[in-house]
Amino acid sequence: MNRGYAGRGAVDPERRRLVVAHLRAAVPGLAVLDAEEAVAPFECDGLSVERQRPLAVVLPGTAAEVSAVLRACHALQVPVVARGAGTGLSGGALPHREAVLLSLARLDQILALDPVACTARVQSGVRNLAISEAAAPHGLFYAPDPSSQIACTIGGNVAENAGGVQCLRYGLTVHNVLGIAGYTVEGEAFAFGGAAPDAPGLDLLALAVGSEGTLLIVTEVLVRLLPRPAARCCLLASFATVEAAGVAVADLIAAGFVPSGLEMMDQAATRMVEPFVQAGYDLEAAAILLCEADGTATEVAERVAAMQQRLQASGATRIAASRDEAERLRFWAGRKNAFPAAGRVSPDYYCMDGTIPRRHLGAVLTAIAAMEQRYGLRCPNVFHAGDGNLHPLILFDANDADQLARAEAFGAEILRTCIAFGGTVTGEHGVGVEKIDQLCAQFDDPTRVAFLRLRAAFDPAGLLNPGKAIPTLRRCAEHGREHVHGGQARFADLPRW
Amino acid sequence: MDALVATWSAQIRSAGAAGRALWISAGGTKAFYGGAVVGERLDPRGYHGVVEYEPSELVVTVRAGTRLADLEALLAAHGQMLAFEPPHFGDAATVGGMVAAGLAGPRRLAQSVGTGAVRDSVLGVRLIDGRGEVLAFGGRVVKNVAGYDVSRVLAGSLGTLGLLLEISLKVVPRPVCEATLVYRCSQATALTCMQDWMRQPLPVSATAYAEGLLQVRLSGGEAAVAEALQVLPGDRLPVTAAVDHWMAVRELAFARTTAAALWRLGLPASVPPLALPGTELVEWNGQRRWLVTDAPARVIRARVRALGGHATRFRGGDPTVAPFPASSPVVAQLEARVRAAFDPQQILNPGRWHADATD
Repeated sequence: MNRGYAGRGAVDPERRRLVVAHLRAAVPGLAVLDAEEAVAPFECDGLSVERQRPLAVVLPGTAAEVSAVLRACHALQVPVVARGAGTGLSGGALPHREAVLLSLARLDQILALDPVACTARVQSGVRNLAISEAAAPHGLFYAPDPSSQIACTIGGNVAENAGGVQCLRYGLTVHNVLGIAGYTVEGEAFAFGGAAPDAPGLDLLALAVGSEGTLLIVTEVLVRLLPRPAARCCLLASFATVEAAGVAVADLIAAGFVPSGLEMMDQAATRMVEPFVQAGYDLEAAAILLCEADGTATEVAERVAAMQQRLQASGATRIAASRDEAERLRFWAGRKNAFPAAGRVSPDYYCMDGTIPRRHLGAVLTAIAAMEQRYGLRCPNVFHAGDGNLHPLILFDANDADQLARAEAFGAEILRTCIAFGGTVTGEHGVGVEKIDQLCAQFDDPTRVAFLRLRAAFDPAGLLNPGKAIPTLRRCAEHGREHVHGGQARFADLPRW
Repeated sequence: MDALVATWSAQIRSAGAAGRALWISAGGTKAFYGGAVVGERLDPRGYHGVVEYEPSELVVTVRAGTRLADLEALLAAHGQMLAFEPPHFGDAATVGGMVAAGLAGPRRLAQSVGTGAVRDSVLGVRLIDGRGEVLAFGGRVVKNVAGYDVSRVLAGSLGTLGLLLEISLKVVPRPVCEATLVYRCSQATALTCMQDWMRQPLPVSATAYAEGLLQVRLSGGEAAVAEALQVLPGDRLPVTAAVDHWMAVRELAFARTTAAALWRLGLPASVPPLALPGTELVEWNGQRRWLVTDAPARVIRARVRALGGHATRFRGGDPTVAPFPASSPVVAQLEARVRAAFDPQQILNPGRWHADATD
């Protein structure tokens, strides 16, 4: 949560009139929203504690309109905040009071699906799940599966380098996007990557993925499609302690298994979701693992037997294998409904997203349990254990100022702990406005200066998504002071990698 | 080791101040790739060794001057490997050179787990930029979206963004079982087969076609490989012959002795035989084709570009022909600005990135 975001505050009505008039004149037929009640639905994304009205909202229906909007905004030096479905959890699409909010949701066409080359060329407003649905008749699918996949757009996935359950086996967005096209801040068309692999030159595609709308505006994405596995089976394994479950995860990976999903839920999480979904979880276990194999039927049978043996050797107290597709989906239903369940048992929840080396899972979960006591707030854990990507859900009531403050402090301490254990403050949700101050701790000054130079290489005036993703030096200097105790920064002796 | 970093940092600073070019070269095994560099040599081989390797993390962090063969031997001892099967082109090849060249081998387009381009495995780097600053990007965990993903951009950057010091790489378990099938057919049939297999959940980990023979390698669990052997055509190669074969493909043995130009062509899937003159090795389900030919560069580039691909003069041939195809003007400008952000004086490997101005 971020108090230093410069985009906060009341919109200047005069400025709004001027910019909207200019946009309407420059881009005839463009859908522009400028009335307070019309822009209100866009005032937040998935990080709903942060709210801000935009200067105006534009909803271009074609890529050409996107280019025209960018040219017009560039001419006026008006900042632009891009938005897909607004499901992001780090406030990456939070509006800015001086910026035009550029919704790409109407660019929702699947332009081409090539079942021979196993690719789909789609506009950036196409929903993640819609790609797999369109590919299904050809026996293909798009692998990255963020939990918001019903709603989130591929453009947003590219901006955040979205992950998901299947990423352990099939890679992140950056591994599954072959090319992108769109416009620079000046409105000039660009295209990176493409259907021909490994083009020489700088890999600007890799740089653009995960850049949170601060470098370029993407209107078109070429994705790789994979053959759909014929069979899947999910194991549910119970453990007497979270440490044991953490060790079991490391053991599985060390033994050479790469499951198509390897998720952990602690007891607080299973007890939170079970009343809502009746997934059949072992509520007596301190932690459970969901571990999935996919492939041909014989391959799955072989792998499930081997993984079962491995989990037993790691001390699993109970193991159940899904007997059919309905049961497999039920096993997953609990995991996939954890966030909504948190929303039902608590007025608010704050979802963290740090990643740590897998071998430290037990130690970090124990540290989080101690923090629960210290901050007096509950924190169920449900996460991508195979990737070491944690999602502690801090439960609180935002109407209680003290609880809000404690939740913020709790979250910040979790992220510092992740850095201290050699990890990162965000594995897949992005920095946005939410974790911008934590970047000051994760990267040293010269590296952050290099990030700012890179940003300026694409956007010299800093018009794209200002105040997000990369902190300014001044911001870090100010933030740094808050965490210095007795002249000593916290974890000052640790290498900042 | 830190003394070395300080020395290099000072050397880069003073070169920058004097506008003097630096030529980063370790084993020199890929010196042929790209334009020639004239400058003061900076040899990173003194900075070598493993920084951290915890097999259960599937991540290794090594210094850039580490020999590639040493890294691969270490991983093999723990039943792991690099996912992208990089070419060495000589015993002296280093990990830094491997990343800077960004060249992947036969496993690149495998359907099996975790494989991909070099950049797909790069998780973090530490480097000295053209200002002499030591910078650290990314990290040592597989999922990390904090900051721009600069580490991956170092793959294939040809030493133009910085002197690599340390690299964290994702590694993968070695497959339990491998088998290679050989099948005699025309190139057109081979391409159709490869594309057909790509659409199916088969454990294909490499395909190659040369001199009338299609080779396909299967990698995975016993059951998956056994099942695939039932449905795919061809005769199974003995294990050692198979290992030798894929090594020869990886190292481009077929083109070792030629004086003619060796071209590296990248193409979309489903492009039929090119019918260009010369000797060809087709890989990656037809998406990478190596061509030894005397055909003029402009003929090759025009044909490949028309098919949506790219053509690089990889080795040999006319040295006046630019090795790399031109980027579009907008992309070329962005690339130049990104390079300038790291190396404002253009002192790091100037001339190595040499794109065709007439393309």
